[in-house]
Amino acid sequence: MADLSVNICGIPFKNPIIPASGVFGYGREYEQYYPLSKLGGIATKGTTGTKRTGNLAPRVAETPSGMLNSVGLQNPGIDAFLANELPHLLSCDTVVLANIAGSTPEECAEVAEKLDQTDVHMIELNISCPNVKQGGAAFGTSCAAAAQVTAAVRRATKKPLCVKLSPNVTSITEIAKAVEAEGADAISLINTLLGMRIDLRTRRPILHNNMGGLSGPAIFPVAVRMVWQVANAVRLPVIGMGGVASGEDAAELMIAGASAVQVGTAIVQDPYAPLRIIDELNDWLDSNHIASAAELTGSVRAW
Amino acid sequence: MKQDRYTEKLTYRIRSMVQLTEAAWSMVIECPEAAAKAQPGQFVNLLPDGNFTLRRPISICGIDKEQGTLRIVFEVRGKGTKALSALRAGDTVNMLAPLGHGFTLPDKNARVILIGGGIGTPPMLPLAAYSGKNAVVITGFRSADAAILQADFEETGAKTILCTDDGSAGRYGLVTLPLEEEITAEKPALICACGPMPMLRAVAALAQTYEIPCQVSLEERMGCGIGACLVCACRTKDKNGDEQFLHVCKNGPVFNAEEVVW
Repeated sequence: MADLSVNICGIPFKNPIIPASGVFGYGREYEQYYPLSKLGGIATKGTTGTKRTGNLAPRVAETPSGMLNSVGLQNPGIDAFLANELPHLLSCDTVVLANIAGSTPEECAEVAEKLDQTDVHMIELNISCPNVKQGGAAFGTSCAAAAQVTAAVRRATKKPLCVKLSPNVTSITEIAKAVEAEGADAISLINTLLGMRIDLRTRRPILHNNMGGLSGPAIFPVAVRMVWQVANAVRLPVIGMGGVASGEDAAELMIAGASAVQVGTAIVQDPYAPLRIIDELNDWLDSNHIASAAELTGSVRAW
Repeated sequence: MKQDRYTEKLTYRIRSMVQLTEAAWSMVIECPEAAAKAQPGQFVNLLPDGNFTLRRPISICGIDKEQGTLRIVFEVRGKGTKALSALRAGDTVNMLAPLGHGFTLPDKNARVILIGGGIGTPPMLPLAAYSGKNAVVITGFRSADAAILQADFEETGAKTILCTDDGSAGRYGLVTLPLEEEITAEKPALICACGPMPMLRAVAALAQTYEIPCQVSLEERMGCGIGACLVCACRTKDKNGDEQFLHVCKNGPVFNAEEVVW
């Protein structure tokens, strides 16, 4: 049995596997399958200042080795999250990464300020949602906007602040450096890649939103590349994600530079995916005589 | 390949597999725990073998608690259902079940009208089995060769009315015509329906006109199937008339017709 524990921003995680924001809701649906304490942490559904209804359906389309989604940040708003979801999550004996989003830097800061008063372990600022008209990826695709929203949230909270980056940019390292300069404590990436599918018969886009975010194993090599680039460009810990479907995928992302790994689409397919991935990572470490998962981080022997 | 202990939990043996029409297949799955819990109107979420990301939600067509089996009837629509149709008795299938919120059952002695359109017909069978001779089952298909489950419905003791779009079997035309006749003959306590959106819309409108409670089973492109990922959104209105998105997999697939924004 390898030591799976990792530490990010002084927060101990019992293992490096974290359900990604969006696929896991606030955890309740998965408790019928297993106790959430088995997970390294939980990144909660992106929560905004006020309730969001989200986009019209269809919101999902299957693609080769992946899927597109355009949920559009449907969530009950921060006050309902604090009242109805957070107390239970904090009792689940796992690290809670509260994912937040907003249309403006002020909205993001207001949500962060409310979370600052709670026992939430870490705030994950989403500057990369491709499915909303305002905020979202608009923050994450220019250095100036990414810096502005990071600075606003930084002023609002002393909690460890992880900024979740969009891959839909020309230079991911420039964005990473911009949020590092404004006081981010960690970086998570990648959010989904902007994509589109069209129904040949109707010539209608399958998603009602026309475009959506591509996830799943199809994007895994992009995730490995961007995690590696960012880990080399900043001094901050990196939480990697993007198409992780197995323990070996998790190991690869950690070797590329990630300190922990989030799992998204694999959970949409199989509720047990995070537990299977934890088992597989442990087995891989054991069979390779590696004592600790943390040793993997950034150990790539690049040419 | 040896299965991991988690995939094992979701793996079930197929007891029988029968082709009903050119496109429709009937699968009986051995799953005693799921069968014990299943209610009419709920669904199963199957992961086909091969390179598929998403599961395929399929409504439950038969619940046999004694045998510990669930029956599903599905149509080959794309690559995923094609892969499922290649499975045979003795094979295994990866399944989450039972899922969703099913029909709210009426009094057993109450007159009910059950409407099924095309591949929306299968979830009506457990309801017909429940209400027996108090049920009128009206089913509609494109043509005679697409008609399914007629013998199964007759076996329940329900009155059955078959309609086809081209008149090649049963009555010529849409299910709404015999529905209105049955309503005016004797007002039912409940109408339940599953099928294409235009049909559901027309059935819901008739139910509203005659002030009859109506439950509809809806379909939407689905993700997790358990209410977490929020992709299968359905436009609904609450008691105050405020619109909100509910989710077909968790709040549905069965909704009261009056809460759906048609």
